[in-house]
Amino acid sequence: MKVSRVLSYTTRHLYLYRRSLPRLMEVFYWPLLDLLVWGFISVYLSTYKGSLPDFVTFFVGALILWDILFRCQQGISVSFLEDMWSRNLLNVFVSPMSPVEYVLSLLLISLFKLFLASTVMILVAMAMYSFNIFQFGVLLVPLVANLIVMGWAVGIITTGIILRYGQEAEVLAWGIAFLFQPVSAVFYPVSVLPPSIRTIARYVPSSHVFEGMRHVIATGTFPTKELVWAAGLNMVYLGAAVVFFYLNFKGVKKKGLLVKVGE
Amino acid sequence: MTERVVEVRGLTKVFNGFKAVDGISFEVMKGEILGILGPNGAGKTTTMHMLLGLTTPTAGDIRILGMDLRRNREEILSRVNFSSSYVSLPYSLTVRENLTVFSRLYGVRGRRKKIAELLDVFGIEEIKNEPTRRLSSGQITRVSLAKALLNDPEVLFLDEPTASLDPDMADRTRKLLKRFNRERALSILYTSHNMQEMEEMCDRIIFLDRGRIVASGGPAEIMAEFSGATLEEVFLKIARKDGGAG
Repeated sequence: MKVSRVLSYTTRHLYLYRRSLPRLMEVFYWPLLDLLVWGFISVYLSTYKGSLPDFVTFFVGALILWDILFRCQQGISVSFLEDMWSRNLLNVFVSPMSPVEYVLSLLLISLFKLFLASTVMILVAMAMYSFNIFQFGVLLVPLVANLIVMGWAVGIITTGIILRYGQEAEVLAWGIAFLFQPVSAVFYPVSVLPPSIRTIARYVPSSHVFEGMRHVIATGTFPTKELVWAAGLNMVYLGAAVVFFYLNFKGVKKKGLLVKVGE
Repeated sequence: MTERVVEVRGLTKVFNGFKAVDGISFEVMKGEILGILGPNGAGKTTTMHMLLGLTTPTAGDIRILGMDLRRNREEILSRVNFSSSYVSLPYSLTVRENLTVFSRLYGVRGRRKKIAELLDVFGIEEIKNEPTRRLSSGQITRVSLAKALLNDPEVLFLDEPTASLDPDMADRTRKLLKRFNRERALSILYTSHNMQEMEEMCDRIIFLDRGRIVASGGPAEIMAEFSGATLEEVFLKIARKDGGAG
């Protein structure tokens, strides 16, 4: 594996965002819209004292953290779609760049998009709702890291599916993360879920991250148990995603489908 | 022309029980232009895709530059290149950005000089700062060919490279490719549906039909063997011999 090739291909996407205002706007548009709508709802609900402590922190914090997962997944899947739309995949896969290097370049570009979107969201949340995400202090690092890894795992799986089924699976790039939202317990505790769904939620890393976030807000202590669960599950998710992508890549080459996705 | 740069033995590809390529063997010598001809569905593109590692063969061996493709993919692909009129380049990037990205991917040394040289050779200097989406199909083809020559490939795979060009530009492109072939002993594997082009370009041709090689040799030899005055006549004879299309 050559780092220079990974970085080279990351610049391909950076060039894209440098020039395309609509693409750059897309990175900010949805996060900002979500933040405004949910932020105002939170401010409104917080006027009903006594129902929930620190309503804005619960909702706006959860929203910013959820967007981290969503942006990471999209950062990978949509960047892959960009190559598919521009009929450039064959040029990539006849170059010496390996599929692993290609996926790593997608991970890097997802971090770049995440950085842009999160910076704007954090600043807007500070300005409009006096919400400071850094109130979580050093605990923010494991929470964010776990969401990034889960976003990557879901993004790699999505890319593998698009690779196999082509443009008809394109819709997954936009919607697959939302499949995880109800069981991630982003805006409510896992305890409100019906028992069967609660069991599923236990095996979703992001549910432990959001439980951990609520634990920090409520007690100010480190949610060791939740973070250990999240990290363990993430290792399994990421490992499974890599194996899934590898097997899919091998499969599409065998079936001659790689050229169909690439042309 | 004694050194074999591409060696194919018993290459077979089966898709759901259908033999797209049926045990073909051939080689390409250093500095040789080998054309692959055949009707639609004959297996030309599948063969080329297997040689580039895009499709996994069902059976057979591929050696390029003396190395097994399965075991030495990275090394081989860094020394060959590919261009097709059906494959594009990222359309939001400028010509120069595209060439920069691919020169980095291929680890080209003296990148700026190389890009400047190719912009000049292909007459695309004045459009170097244009996004690819604004280019005509002829210009895109030239940029794509420039990309294919960035790493000074020893073997070039060209899939209908002049399909979208007007006769003048197609002629210029062929002359340019011939020049590279002559000056750098560049080996080229070429597919096209333009029979006149194949006659003009290729030192040797293999004729595929239903996944098998049905004729092979220099264009003149093949025309003599099938009693055709042109390659097009030979093509029609082979394509229609079993009451096929047309």
